[in-house]
Amino acid sequence: MAVVKADNRGLRLASRYAVLILVAIIFIFPLLFMVMSSLKPSSQLLLDTKSLRAFLPVGELSLQNYTDAFVRAPIAVFVLNSVLITGVTVLLCLFVCSLAAFAFVFVDWSGKAVIFSILLATLIIPYETIFIPLLLMVSQLPWVGLEGFELGWLNTYRVQIAPFIADALSIFLFVQFFKDLPKELIEASRVEGASWWTIYRRVVMPLSGPVIATAAILKFLFMYNQYLWPLMVVQEEAIRPVMVGLGYFTDQLNVPWGEVMAYLTVITVPVLAFYLSLQRVFISSVASTGVKG
Amino acid sequence: MASKLTRANRTGWLMAFPGVALMTLFIIVPFFLAFAFSLTNQRLASPNAAEYVGFENYSDLLGVAVFTLEPERDDSGAVVRDGDGEIEYPRLRNFTRNNPDYPNLAGKREWFSWQSGENRVVVLASDVVFMKALVNTFTFVLFVAPIQAGLALCLALLINQKLYGINIFRTIYFMPVVVSIVVVSLLWRFIYSPGDGLLNNVLGWLTFGAFEGIDWLGRTDTALPSIMAMSIWQGVGFQMVIWLAGLQNISPTLYEAGEIEGASKWQTFRYITWPGLRNTAVLILIVITMQAFALFAQIDVMTQGGPLDSTQVLVFQAVERGYGKQDISGGSTISVILFVIVLSISLVQRYLTREK
Repeated sequence: MAVVKADNRGLRLASRYAVLILVAIIFIFPLLFMVMSSLKPSSQLLLDTKSLRAFLPVGELSLQNYTDAFVRAPIAVFVLNSVLITGVTVLLCLFVCSLAAFAFVFVDWSGKAVIFSILLATLIIPYETIFIPLLLMVSQLPWVGLEGFELGWLNTYRVQIAPFIADALSIFLFVQFFKDLPKELIEASRVEGASWWTIYRRVVMPLSGPVIATAAILKFLFMYNQYLWPLMVVQEEAIRPVMVGLGYFTDQLNVPWGEVMAYLTVITVPVLAFYLSLQRVFISSVASTGVKG
Repeated sequence: MASKLTRANRTGWLMAFPGVALMTLFIIVPFFLAFAFSLTNQRLASPNAAEYVGFENYSDLLGVAVFTLEPERDDSGAVVRDGDGEIEYPRLRNFTRNNPDYPNLAGKREWFSWQSGENRVVVLASDVVFMKALVNTFTFVLFVAPIQAGLALCLALLINQKLYGINIFRTIYFMPVVVSIVVVSLLWRFIYSPGDGLLNNVLGWLTFGAFEGIDWLGRTDTALPSIMAMSIWQGVGFQMVIWLAGLQNISPTLYEAGEIEGASKWQTFRYITWPGLRNTAVLILIVITMQAFALFAQIDVMTQGGPLDSTQVLVFQAVERGYGKQDISGGSTISVILFVIVLSISLVQRYLTREK
């Protein structure tokens, strides 16, 4: 009797794992296919889709696709641009949004309730609905730079950075986190005569590791994966980010799939590795956009 | 005491200023500009100043008319039929072009039609492509939002089990979320290839060769569903994680109580889990709806709106006009329409799920 029960439990456990693994395959197979295909010549790649070989590192393996892809397009430039644009935006976003959230939570100033609710209301505006008027706007914006005064922001780094520094979600995440910090901490520092700037820098921000990670990861994913906006505002190769650079491969009459897979692997695998090494933080970041909303 | 300590008008303003200014300039101003441009004939680069045109852009997009075509009759009043016995109708063009008797039909084109007895009822639209985009976008949202939310909940329940190594599975299920939708779209474009495409081959194995290959993205009836399936695949991990957070917020004592009462698995879900997920459900629906209405990259990478406009969607149309044709006013009008739709749906969802 006892044996049967144990068997039953073993079977149930096995079936649970079977379901989990089956679902895992559904999520992983395109990515596995991408990496494996990037190592195969295009002719073999197309043949391999007929069998399980598509997902295995078999046949004629080489890095030829990678060399060809780097010849076809200035991939290093694209990657560098994306890293630069994403990095600068994330850093500025963390500073600007945390500072604003600090003002909203800890400091009393006239008009803050109204301004906060206006900012919060913009959560409902999808970026996609403002890109068209924004396109016209940035094409006319003035700028004073090293070369003097100029008109129009198209084809610059700043047009890819400035619009995305401050957003309602990032400010909101910081506000939610700051609200849970003990108020006495801030009041005590004020009594001791610390300036607001010192409190922000020395008291609040050092305690805010988790929310900084959350905001940074969400902004990173959003910025690195940007597509529509750079598609519209960047025509010059020298400042193009990775996602738009894909056009070099897909606009061909005969898409060189081997090279495409190599390029996709180059721009995706670092992000995946970053995610896998910090998966707990990534997942809790995304989850936190939900819990408190 | 506390209020004096935390009162600092100038500092507060200074600290909030960078964020407030940036959001005003790059989100709030363009948002209102969209409304303003939609009432003009603004172009991206034009020597002529834009002019106020009222609601012309809206009527150019949204204009719809229903018109009943009566059969051609001969002198005796009998219906004229062609060689195959089909009823002959006067040409629509006679009514939509330069016909002063039908001003409401001027410039409109046939969107779709159906037979009603001997008559033919034709629905005409000022902008048939836009109408298709509108319908496709709604279709996309109506399928993707509930299916994705439902599957995500199933995954969350699956992942919420206490099993050895469950974190590995959670990590894998979430993986497509961190991959760019552009990358995913391009990958799936290859997977969906006609003939010897990967999906066709996989379905071939599973059915022992009985499955005949489909040109998934090349057929008007499979293109949009294919894009929906891919979008669900990519995004479902995101909602899974949000559901999971909701699940883990439910107090374990409730489950213990349920166990003591001898609740079945279904009863546990129905009376403990589901009520505990209410707020999460509202949030997930609103987020999915907003994301789904904004779909663009999938279309741009996979089909460019084709075949035969069967995958035209609103954002793609807004971009094609506002950027492609430099028609800022037309693109802005579509953006405003999109925003009004998203806003109304969120409000309705909020109203329907309000605390009673």
